[in-house]
Amino acid sequence: MSQNASPVIAIEHLSFTFPDNTAALKDVTLDIAPNEIFVIFGPSRSGKSTLLRLLNRLSDLNEGAKRQGRVFFNGRDIFAPSVDVTELRRRLSMVFAIPTPLPGSIFDNLAYGLRMAGIRDAQLIERRITRALEQAALWDEVKDRLNSSAFALSGGQKQRLCLARSLAMEPDVILLDNPTSGLDPLSTATVEDSLIELKSRYTIIMVPHSVQQAARVADRAAFLMGGELIEAGTGRQMFANPKDKRTEDYVVGRFG
Amino acid sequence: MTRQQTNRLAKIAISLVAALVVLPIVLVISYVVYNGIGVISWEFLFTAPRNGMREGGIWPALLGTVFLTFGTAIAAFPLAIATAIYLAEYAGDNRLTRWVRLAIVNLAGIPSIVYGLFGLGAFVLFLKLGTSIVAGSLTLGLMTLPVVISTAEEALLAVPQEFRTVSLSLGATRWQTIRHQVLPHALPGIITGIILGLGRAAGETAPILFTVAAFYLPELPRSIFDQTMALPYHLYVISTQVPGMPLSLQYGTALVLLLVVLSLTLVATVLRTRMRRRRQW
Repeated sequence: MSQNASPVIAIEHLSFTFPDNTAALKDVTLDIAPNEIFVIFGPSRSGKSTLLRLLNRLSDLNEGAKRQGRVFFNGRDIFAPSVDVTELRRRLSMVFAIPTPLPGSIFDNLAYGLRMAGIRDAQLIERRITRALEQAALWDEVKDRLNSSAFALSGGQKQRLCLARSLAMEPDVILLDNPTSGLDPLSTATVEDSLIELKSRYTIIMVPHSVQQAARVADRAAFLMGGELIEAGTGRQMFANPKDKRTEDYVVGRFG
Repeated sequence: MTRQQTNRLAKIAISLVAALVVLPIVLVISYVVYNGIGVISWEFLFTAPRNGMREGGIWPALLGTVFLTFGTAIAAFPLAIATAIYLAEYAGDNRLTRWVRLAIVNLAGIPSIVYGLFGLGAFVLFLKLGTSIVAGSLTLGLMTLPVVISTAEEALLAVPQEFRTVSLSLGATRWQTIRHQVLPHALPGIITGIILGLGRAAGETAPILFTVAAFYLPELPRSIFDQTMALPYHLYVISTQVPGMPLSLQYGTALVLLLVVLSLTLVATVLRTRMRRRRQW
């Protein structure tokens, strides 16, 4: 699909302030197109995770925080009172930095979101789970032990399980908050390969583990610093030829 | 003395003092067992007292305590669970939670005789429940609320925050998250708290004094609106109110009461240990 298609997500003048008055995001405006890997990178405490958690409104859990600005998902204001936040979170599914299986079997983990959505059809659940595991490149490793505990998996397998758990929801957007933080290089490569495969079907928004990872997977990228959007552009431009001095300094590793 | 010698001496002294704590418990139990074990028999456990309680058994009192323990569990459970869920899962730090917490702390500090008087005023007279198992259970339930609520809240908060975040991020509602990811893992801890609370309730005399306990009632209660005998009060009665009471019957009754309370505590402890071992995270 072309880059000129209307954006899946349009972020308009978004600011977010925690209850202790630290500003996590300051007036961020961004468009994210369908079927791209959009990377949000920057030094620690630059507001990347906060931005990600605003997109599926997990930020609602931050009691007492203040938000200004708007976010549109497929043209609808996600903060409008009429929005069903559970439905929103099914459409924008998140994978966290630390692999977090839920207590229970591999199958239970994958079926959880579907069951909570009220899906009772066992065959449908099984089909979705199989497909999600295949897409996350985990099927061959776990197909014979779907009923064993998810905690028995290795770190890399756990993270692919979490990815599969999101994919089973058949979302429109996958939000990845540093999904390879605890993984060895081989598992990281497996996850990155899966992501590049997946972008034909999903829009992927990712906070990367490193600038190198950002450069490897990004179609487009945004550089955040201290809650401000410094610059956004195509991956090629951002990592080879950034416009802003601060982006350049960060990309070449003068600070980090 | 060198530093090493002082160090060794300190360790020995502290260990001795710690061992002293065990001593009274062992002494109390062995004293009661030594004096009471002789009268324990099927007849003692399962027949009613006779001859002005100077002969026969303790069956109505034992059964009464079992009824009251169940009644207390039924009275305290829903209220305690709901309060703990509210405090741990829904409420932040707002004015209502501060009031609720203050109330819980103060409930824990109220002397048990005051609970007894409150039960008399509120349940027996105002709600017209009469001197009955319901009134006694409600009074005991109220008394156990603080300990049950605090253990339940602790058990809920011990469930890792990530489970909630992940569950919500997968599109579950708040209630689905509590129902499927929090309560199942907290339940053993909650039940442990309830059983500990019941252990205390089963041994209390003052709260049942005016609300349910009968001085002497050889027949068993027929409904929850009847009075009943209960072990702690029965022990009090036969120890102080009946002249010429054989000492062995008093110690036998004390032994049974002790066993009831200790077995409840034991069940709670075993449950807690098993739960910790089964935990996967």
